Amino acid sequence: MLRRLLRRVSGTTVFMWLIGIAMLVVVVWGVYATLSSGRYKASDWIDLTVYGIAQGSVYALIALGYTLVYGILRMINFAHSEVFMSGPFIGYFVAMALSQSGFFNRQPFVSLIIVLLVAMTVSTTIAVLLERIAYRPLRRAPRLVPLITAIGASYFLQYTFLGLFGSGIKGYPEVAQLKGYWPFPGTSSGILRTQAVVIVSAFVMLAILYVFVQRTKTGKAMQAVSEDKDAAALMGIDVDRIIVITFVVGGALAGAAGVLYALLFKQVKFDMGFLPGIKAFTAAVLGGIGNVNGAMLGSLFLGISESLFPNLVLDGLGLPAPYQLKDALAFIMLVAVLIFRPTGILGERLAVKKA
Amino acid sequence: MALLELQDIHTYYGAIHALKGISIHVDEGEIVTLIGANGAGKSTTLNTICGLQHPRSGSVTLKGESIQHLPAHEIVTRGVAQAPEGRRVFGRLNVTENLEMGAFVRVDKDGIKRDMERVFTLFPRLKERAKQVAGTLSGGEQQMLAIGRALMASPRLLLLDEPSMGLAPILVEAIFDTITEINAQGTTVLLVEQNALIALSVASRGYVMETGSIRLADTAEALRNNEMVRRVYLGET
Ligand SMILES: Nc1ncnc2c1ncn2[C@@H]1O[C@H](COP(=O)(O)OP(=O)(O)OP(=O)(O)O)[C@@H](O)[C@H]1O
Ligand SMILES: [Mg+2]
Repeated sequence: MLRRLLRRVSGTTVFMWLIGIAMLVVVVWGVYATLSSGRYKASDWIDLTVYGIAQGSVYALIALGYTLVYGILRMINFAHSEVFMSGPFIGYFVAMALSQSGFFNRQPFVSLIIVLLVAMTVSTTIAVLLERIAYRPLRRAPRLVPLITAIGASYFLQYTFLGLFGSGIKGYPEVAQLKGYWPFPGTSSGILRTQAVVIVSAFVMLAILYVFVQRTKTGKAMQAVSEDKDAAALMGIDVDRIIVITFVVGGALAGAAGVLYALLFKQVKFDMGFLPGIKAFTAAVLGGIGNVNGAMLGSLFLGISESLFPNLVLDGLGLPAPYQLKDALAFIMLVAVLIFRPTGILGERLAVKKA
Repeated sequence: MALLELQDIHTYYGAIHALKGISIHVDEGEIVTLIGANGAGKSTTLNTICGLQHPRSGSVTLKGESIQHLPAHEIVTRGVAQAPEGRRVFGRLNVTENLEMGAFVRVDKDGIKRDMERVFTLFPRLKERAKQVAGTLSGGEQQMLAIGRALMASPRLLLLDEPSMGLAPILVEAIFDTITEINAQGTTVLLVEQNALIALSVASRGYVMETGSIRLADTAEALRNNEMVRRVYLGET
């Protein structure tokens, strides 16, 4: 019995599991040390979690773009981070114009909605142009070809924005009504207003997307195309049209995510897409790429972990400047998932059953 | 005028010359079968009719209109539906959703509902499993779903690619009874089969394909009695 088990377990597997166990021990140890030091109050953890949810819900909007496109074309649209950047970037100019005319201060919410619509339109346009110009001609090429094209398109867009608008940080106008906290009734803690607005808007859009994909005829056609393009065409589904719709949906969500991101961080820059883009991609892989629910769950999980991790784990380990390591977490997770569960949390479980 | 007519169709996969001048026709109300060995080009013929492959030369006409240049999704709107080889149901959608996809091009809600009832009457097993995810259906149930899904387009011409593949004999018989019933209800059928015996028993006419060409064309009765067919396709000595 034991020998047969041993024969099935190779040296690398054992090594990988040892690494996994070591990582787990470090995390548990860090958490224990932090919690027993009593340095943080409960309200600190609540603040961090809320921030993580805000961050994660923005990731979710971006991650859906990766996952929907992957589901249909089996390709990673690496230029999606620039789709995300372009919307709020152009939105910035609209916001500034509104601000200079005084309209922004008089009607901040109407202004924000205008900026949001502009950003969604710009991002959608860029996404659709990418599909039409860069990806569609390569539909029948080997899989590596569109991937490389996507990376090229990503740099092309970044440097176009750099060339046109410069490398400086552009500050979004502040909304006076969104400064400060809304207190939780009956407690001393509260929620930052921007974070509340970001979380609520993102969840509303996620809910709309969910209903669109699961309940509408077009959404079901998207699922059909992602499973089997030829069979979908035999149903009378125009596959090219569904692919365009996928890019439209992904682009609109990314543009919206960009504005929410700009609300959280109050600025835009030509390379602002890189980190959130790659983190949202990580979240999509975490949840199982191609899986809509997985992308949402993976994003929230990543957002919250990222927010808690420096204080909860690194602090307890006595590492100096734990916040500097925050961004590394996403990449550690990405590597860990690829090693231990390449299909992600919810990935392709059904496909196994299908066989 | 024939409902469907293929004239001197040549279809290629890159350099592979898969169909070398196929000419066949199907009249309104018939069941016509296309039999032949593996790799003869039967599926390619169906896919060329459906627009998944486009012929390099030759014409496909439906009621006199040539359709060989149309994309697959437009040919469906002209009343041609296929239940493809290997079923190809949408595994992550449930039975009802698969059937809805079959009716994708239709807008007549009442008609769709009626056809859904019709499919459930033809295949009661599907009704019991209406909310089950198609990927978890058995092979036979998936075949029923693939045929039902094609029927949901309310086609004038139904193309079936090896509906008997991988099914137990008793289920094969049941499926072919249903195909006869579908035909009796007014749908013309072009049936591709490996199982020549059963195909020739339900069809009125048949074509025998060999490596991209039509080798024989005759009534089902005559093909059943043809010496070459008996030897090669009916396994008699
Ligand atoms: N996608 C493809 N690319 C290249 N060659 C193909 C492709 N599909 C089919 N062929 C070739 O075309 C020829 C006809 O194939 P087809 O699938 O039409 O045969 P068939 O009669 O349906 O066979 P079977 O009974 O095994 O399904 C075969 O030689 C096959 O190898
Ligand atoms: Mg075949």
